[in-house]
Amino acid sequence: MATTHPKSSTANRRWRWFANHTASVLAVASTILVIAPLVAIFVDLVYKGAVSLNWNFFTKLPAPVGENGGGMANSIVGSALLLGLASLMGVPIGISAGIYLSEYGRGTKLSNVVRFTADVLNGVPSIVMGIAVYGLIVVPQKGFSAFAGGVVLGIMMIPTVARTTEEMLLMEPHSIREAALGLGVPNWRSMLSITLKTAMPGVITGCMLAFARVAGETAPLLFTALGNEFWSTALNQPIAALPLQIYVYALGPYDEWHRLAWAGSLVLVFLIVVSVALVRFVTTRGVLKGAS
Amino acid sequence: MADSTFRWLMLLCALSIFAIVALIAIELVTHSQMTLAKFGLKFFVGSAWDPVSGEFGALPFIFGTLVSSAVSLILAVPLAVGVAIFLTEMCPKALRGSFSFLTELLAAIPSVVYGTWAIFTLVPLLREYVDPVLIKLLGWTGLFVQPDFGIGMFAAGVILAIMILPIISSLTREVMTAVPHTQREAVLALGATRWEMIRMGVLRNARVGIVGSIILGLGRALGETMAVAMVIGSSPTISKSLLAPGYSMAAVIANEFNEAVSDVHRSALIEIGLALFLVTIVVNACARLLVWAVTRGAPARAT
Repeated sequence: MATTHPKSSTANRRWRWFANHTASVLAVASTILVIAPLVAIFVDLVYKGAVSLNWNFFTKLPAPVGENGGGMANSIVGSALLLGLASLMGVPIGISAGIYLSEYGRGTKLSNVVRFTADVLNGVPSIVMGIAVYGLIVVPQKGFSAFAGGVVLGIMMIPTVARTTEEMLLMEPHSIREAALGLGVPNWRSMLSITLKTAMPGVITGCMLAFARVAGETAPLLFTALGNEFWSTALNQPIAALPLQIYVYALGPYDEWHRLAWAGSLVLVFLIVVSVALVRFVTTRGVLKGAS
Repeated sequence: MADSTFRWLMLLCALSIFAIVALIAIELVTHSQMTLAKFGLKFFVGSAWDPVSGEFGALPFIFGTLVSSAVSLILAVPLAVGVAIFLTEMCPKALRGSFSFLTELLAAIPSVVYGTWAIFTLVPLLREYVDPVLIKLLGWTGLFVQPDFGIGMFAAGVILAIMILPIISSLTREVMTAVPHTQREAVLALGATRWEMIRMGVLRNARVGIVGSIILGLGRALGETMAVAMVIGSSPTISKSLLAPGYSMAAVIANEFNEAVSDVHRSALIEIGLALFLVTIVVNACARLLVWAVTRGAPARAT
């Protein structure tokens, strides 16, 4: 480096002072520049969403084109159903995979490869997952269905749940496992009722994060759940979902639709932020810190 | 007995992660057979996309994906590194927690909401205030010329930058925090200013990890669908101007898949998905390896 030979001239000192302060100013400026769009998005969302939100939004079906009023009741129910299905599939498989990684496969080659694959799977675009599940379920069944939508979201939850479960279990002290085994508890029992139970707050955090992530997914639902204008809770029929409906309304030509898109966005973000904040609240209360 | 059953059950769930990746690959390959066989590699260099007359060339989409991702990285990387420097080296401890909470929130906003915001707020803003300035200052490069509709490659790049900032900055912060304190102290003891300490003591040691986090951000940008589909303009053309409408690989799948006019059309879209899958796997694998090499405590060698 050029600066390994500091000259004691004033010009050099001045340059270093200047570089130091410029760097500081730039760092602060970039932080402000990054916060600005976040604040802008939230202000916009709350302002434009709140003025369009009313009771009808939660209780009515979408109105026919050109008519005012109407809501997204079916989309909210549809999203809840899809997310329920996804959790039923993603959470148990994810937690089990996490248990394997931390309790059986610690340090083995196989678990390293699984861990790596999970991380890579996490980065696969959601729309690609959508096409794969389209080929896997929609084509053989000859129709879009809520079931296919649930499966694709469930698959997307698995890597996140598995990795956080593993990390949380790794934080457990060995002594509690030894204590359980010392009492003659079978291995599987000690894992489920002692190790996993102690790590529960952290594991739930992971599940909530995965849940929040898939709750807003739109792309994979386009070719699986498809969306629906009407009430439907049948698993073998297309079903409405909040993100899908927002997409349709935001791109539509009517002001009324735009209004509903904003209201839907606000509701969706509110749900996600509440779950993330809840997670944050639980984890910072020291339940986890005690375990490490 | 119960113990070994349990063990096998857990192993099965862990292996399901492989199964998922394999299934995705198999599904994509089998359903894109038609175009794979018919066009071969020509598919990726042809620039004509006309589903009705049966012409399929994916070049405009590949171009659009690469350009919009490049624009987003150019905008996001300096800002993300700046934020990481501020948070790890300069920021008071009290602010740090709330800021990382903010970035978590940014990462939790769904793509479709970013898209909605981009259509109604960002695009008008760009069209009225930012683009005219760019045309005036940088018009001579040919990258920013009229006509300007607001939507287009540049708008897609800006919204992508906003979306990948949190992931790049939080990972960069992580690798910078992993640099041992003795490094900082050693450089400071030699009489360095704070910036010199950051540059020589921190950034130099963390650069492999920083590159990893940038590549991870790139992986996100390449596969991002909804927000891009909403503002990129949906026109399968290759244009030098960033203000012109374009198309991206993920966006064309999202827009045309359900309205595919023929089986060949659908197969072509699935092949684009296959390409996207392979590229993001390679990109993510590289990024993970780089980030791991650093945060796992392996010394970042000067290579």
